[in-house]
Amino acid sequence: MNEKPQAAIVLDPERYELSAEPLYHFDVDRREFFKLLGAGVLVYSALNRAVTQESGGAGHSWGDSLPKEIDTWLHIGENGRVIVYTGKVEVGQNIRTSLSQAVAEELHIAIDKIEMVMGDTQLTPFDMGTFGSRTTPTMNLQLRKVAAAARDLLVGLAAAQWQADRTRLVAADGRVGDPQTKRSVEYAALVKGQQLAASIPFDDPLVSATDWKIAGQSVHKVNGRDFVTGKHRYPSDLKLPDMLHGKVLRPPSFGAALLSLDTQKAEQMGVTVVHDGNFVGVAAPSTPLAERALKSLHAEWKSERQPSHDELFQYLKKNPENGNDPTGDGDRFAVGNVDQALTSTDHKLQQTYSVSYIAHVPLEPRAALAKWEGDNLTVWTGTQRPFGVRGQLAEAFRMPEERVRVLMPDTGSGYGGKHTGETAIEAARLARAAKRPVKVVWTREEEFSWAYFRPAGVIDVTSAVHRDGTLTAWDFHNYNSGSAGIRTYYEIPNQRIVFHPTKSPLRQGSYRALAATANHFARESHMDEVAHSLKMDPLEFRLKNLKNERLRAVFEAAAKRFGWEKPKSEPEQGFGMGGGYEKLGNIATFVEVHADLKTGEVKVVRVVSAFECGAIVNPDNLRNQIEGSNVQGLGGALFEAIAFDNGKILNGRMSEYRVPRFSDTPVIETVLLDRKDLSSAGAGECPMIGLAPAIANAIFDATGVRLRSLPLIPNGLKAS
Amino acid sequence: MPTLPLVVNGRDFSLEVDPQTSLLTVLRDHLDLTGSKYGCGEGVCGACTVLIDGKAQRSCITRVGSVWPKTITTIEGLTSGEQLHPVQQAFLDESAMQCAYCTSGMIMSAVSLLNANHNPTERQIIDFMDGNVCRCGTYPRIVSAIQRAAKVMAGSPVAREASR
Repeated sequence: MNEKPQAAIVLDPERYELSAEPLYHFDVDRREFFKLLGAGVLVYSALNRAVTQESGGAGHSWGDSLPKEIDTWLHIGENGRVIVYTGKVEVGQNIRTSLSQAVAEELHIAIDKIEMVMGDTQLTPFDMGTFGSRTTPTMNLQLRKVAAAARDLLVGLAAAQWQADRTRLVAADGRVGDPQTKRSVEYAALVKGQQLAASIPFDDPLVSATDWKIAGQSVHKVNGRDFVTGKHRYPSDLKLPDMLHGKVLRPPSFGAALLSLDTQKAEQMGVTVVHDGNFVGVAAPSTPLAERALKSLHAEWKSERQPSHDELFQYLKKNPENGNDPTGDGDRFAVGNVDQALTSTDHKLQQTYSVSYIAHVPLEPRAALAKWEGDNLTVWTGTQRPFGVRGQLAEAFRMPEERVRVLMPDTGSGYGGKHTGETAIEAARLARAAKRPVKVVWTREEEFSWAYFRPAGVIDVTSAVHRDGTLTAWDFHNYNSGSAGIRTYYEIPNQRIVFHPTKSPLRQGSYRALAATANHFARESHMDEVAHSLKMDPLEFRLKNLKNERLRAVFEAAAKRFGWEKPKSEPEQGFGMGGGYEKLGNIATFVEVHADLKTGEVKVVRVVSAFECGAIVNPDNLRNQIEGSNVQGLGGALFEAIAFDNGKILNGRMSEYRVPRFSDTPVIETVLLDRKDLSSAGAGECPMIGLAPAIANAIFDATGVRLRSLPLIPNGLKAS
Repeated sequence: MPTLPLVVNGRDFSLEVDPQTSLLTVLRDHLDLTGSKYGCGEGVCGACTVLIDGKAQRSCITRVGSVWPKTITTIEGLTSGEQLHPVQQAFLDESAMQCAYCTSGMIMSAVSLLNANHNPTERQIIDFMDGNVCRCGTYPRIVSAIQRAAKVMAGSPVAREASR
């Protein structure tokens, strides 16, 4: 790659799922053991697992190793089709479309000529995964460079063919033309199906965002027709000849150990039964038969007492742990002298905020289809990390990564919840025993109990402020939820900001926007509390302590559209705001609620979000992401929470775990600030972070009730 | 196992299947009509929605043995040749999807609504569609798409581009 190699990627500590121990330890029989020694397989240690997986295992390193050869990324077929290869995957963020726009723009060709091959570990360059809003800032830029280099190469080929001065040749609409001689030739005819054997030059100029013709436009989903006709095959829709359906036996509670297992009845049904280490599963020609066989298994388990949600927040404060923290002593930032500033203040405020565990609830549950051909394994699965899952499969089956292929068809969403490969491993283990392809699709109940959750957390904030509204001290401690978005963008001379890793009663990991949601909830709620205690306007108070021009711009734009100055029309009406900076984007969200203390009802009536993420690649898709972030964010803000007791999830079904619906959805207005002078950044996460504090602040505005725990009103306003 | 008759997308089938099996399983596993999706298994997310005699039903909680002689329409049976149903076209025109896993169930519910009510109000759309979940949160766009489809089906002019 042309850019300077990056230093080691720093992973947010709350991506707990990436450093977790493998779920399964398969026994290896003697024959396999010798084979494995012969293969010289690397055995990971728990300590380097996350690092190794994130760098793709042996043979890859991220940052300095994006392949420089054009043909690794792009191929022009004799039929004129442009095939583009990327390890990024499509889970609804519409990058299949936005990346196609990037290539079409720089290659100067119609977008419908472009075909993206995504997330196939055999065909696409290594990629650490589709998360962290990195596709637009990294892959979009990379593919633009690739396409620009390919275009230059094509012009060069035409110049050589015509013995013409290349500077006067023009590439446009899939052809190279010579305005002087009026000759022109299609790209495909120049390439003749050959590889584009050249490197991507270091400083090839890219089309300026101000001149974009295809990028910057509201292009519809490129394969949209396949989705509205039911033609697209999601991972759970795939089928192979002779395929079996697999089911896995789950423990009755987290951490339960299998004491004994009787498989006799299941075996009499003629199904495949596998008991290998802590893995028990069945595979049968039909799902109903597999379910019956699973039910016929007689297992005895041993459980240990575990914490319940009632004691969650005390538990997190009392159970520190640094095992998951890459720096070993918490993520820590300090400037000035906080303790001194807090003791010498005339105005100090101390408050505690908390967030519950919530579930991703991707509408398509985890699914995988596995097929063995001799010692080679192919798995189709819905994962945001196909290369990471390849590594997990290689580790589970003690085989080299080269013999594992993972493919990711466009999948029914992820939201950070599909980073791990347990379903792939389960399907592959059953397929190995059955000697036939096996598909495993998790039930909704399995999704709720055996995937991972957004981390719960407790956040203590202590601040000091002058009477004139100038913040002087900021002491911010996040327990467990994570360090994304933990730093404050307000100008404060004395700061201490610490992330404290703790033990977690439940399996936890990445969730859209990570801890930025929790940290912004605490920070932006606290800012509101300080403003009210000073009897200052919350917007004026923020702007007084905010220098960052991009952030000021979104606050001001949202305030203007919202009508922040307008008087309230009824006593139940409340206005609030929240905003911040995350993953290179800037958001300000203003909310109007109708909150009635007498009935306990709270309705979010209107949301206005102003967002800025550099040069906009696809305005309508950007609006779609901002609207979706606000709708999904409503759930965690208002009512979503995982209830659990003694290792069991108590609300692990869709009928018991409330997610936002049509009737919950407010009017949502988006204001896009298009900064064509700045690099494009991602938009899948940042727009979510302003909503929860804005709602809490609006509820306070309407009722005088200050809510400091997410979800804010799981049982309505009166009961909470 | 008994033989069950079933009419799906205008075709007659005769299936050897336990009548207690869910219609969704039969559609997906026996007939390979995978446009209808599993989402919750208890009829509360709408991803599995099909039309039974023109009315939206949750196929995951419908026993296959209870359906005949009624006719079933799935998302695959909505197009006539290459021509998309106006609701399908409206979902494209409004970009009313992200991951689109909910889309076929949304479209089938919307067709059912428009079959019964040619000109629903926004409130009626929200009430009717409230049993369908979109986790990506494209609800406002889906409402717009249904309003657009209603206009097209009534023969009224519609703005060429999405209204937003």
